[in-house]
Amino acid sequence: MPRAVSSGVQLPPFQALIDDHAAEVHRFLVASVGPADAEDCLQETLLSALRAYPRLLHADNLRAWLYTIAHRKATDAIRVRSRHRAGDLDGVPEDRLARAPDRSFDDALWRSVRGLPAKQREAVVHRYVFDLAFREVGKRMGISEEAARQNVSAGLRRLRVEVDR
Amino acid sequence: MTDLEQQLREAPAPQDLDSESVIATLARRAAAAGLLDVAYGALDSPLGQLTVFVTPRGLLRVAYPNEQPDAVFSEVASRVSPRIVRAASRTDPARRELDAYFAGKRRSFDLAIDWSLVRGFATDVLRATAAIPFGEVTTYGSVARTAGSPRAARAAGNALGSNPIPIVVPCHRVLHADGGLGGYSGGLDRKRYLLALEGHAAT
Repeated sequence: MPRAVSSGVQLPPFQALIDDHAAEVHRFLVASVGPADAEDCLQETLLSALRAYPRLLHADNLRAWLYTIAHRKATDAIRVRSRHRAGDLDGVPEDRLARAPDRSFDDALWRSVRGLPAKQREAVVHRYVFDLAFREVGKRMGISEEAARQNVSAGLRRLRVEVDR
Repeated sequence: MTDLEQQLREAPAPQDLDSESVIATLARRAAAAGLLDVAYGALDSPLGQLTVFVTPRGLLRVAYPNEQPDAVFSEVASRVSPRIVRAASRTDPARRELDAYFAGKRRSFDLAIDWSLVRGFATDVLRATAAIPFGEVTTYGSVARTAGSPRAARAAGNALGSNPIPIVVPCHRVLHADGGLGGYSGGLDRKRYLLALEGHAAT
């Protein structure tokens, strides 16, 4: 049986990543793609991560690495879904939308978040769901603090237009 | 802060995540994709909680509770693969046989062994040790002889001391020539227990 070609870096057992980060990555995905698809996305994220894991060149920021993969899986899932349906809200009866509980990741606000351009969605979720400073948001996204701030404000501007409509 | 930001901040509470079911599903899919290099599970035994590691090749490691978990996992990660997932069901065949052994219902193991954690002369020593039958004991010198180096009793002792698969590769059946117990990675009490289980009144 061929073994994975190791990069020679001392990596923690993959199980440690699951124990340390699976719950928060799941929350990130619930906010990013909605409760219905989050667990599938989490599985896809972990499987992709497991596949690439032995080839990592360093173990410096495994959490940010996991988020990068999760974000990619979320973007894929949203794209696939929008291909099947014209819009996220299509097919959902008006009265169900109206009756949606105040604080659900399926409510109108979070559906609008899902419709944001990928980077803006990622930044908004990190900023507000995890209550992170822009510097931390940037760190998890692998971008600068300033770029994180810009993505969040661009996202908020778009959301405001949607919400006021 | 704007109302919109306030609303976003009041994000719903985290959903409960059944992490055990997430891990079980991942392990199943990873195994099907050939990505589950090492699976492990715990086993409650009369000698305390054992941790059993398996690969697609076979049984890789049995760790005693007195071993440092971090060191055990690091060694497996660096010498075999960091793709290590807790997947107890994958270790079931090994755990069942160990259970039966401790219950006195099994005298030998029908498990494939993955020798990846063993190198060089130690491989010969441990293979020779694996052939010592239940209920019999031998000496370090005799094992060294079977392994092809009659004068390497001390080296054989070292190899046995770092046996990654105790119990199944029965290094507890190797004693000093004078009848003394010698050493044991799990501690001498465990060596005594195993010998007694196999019908030896060990000193």
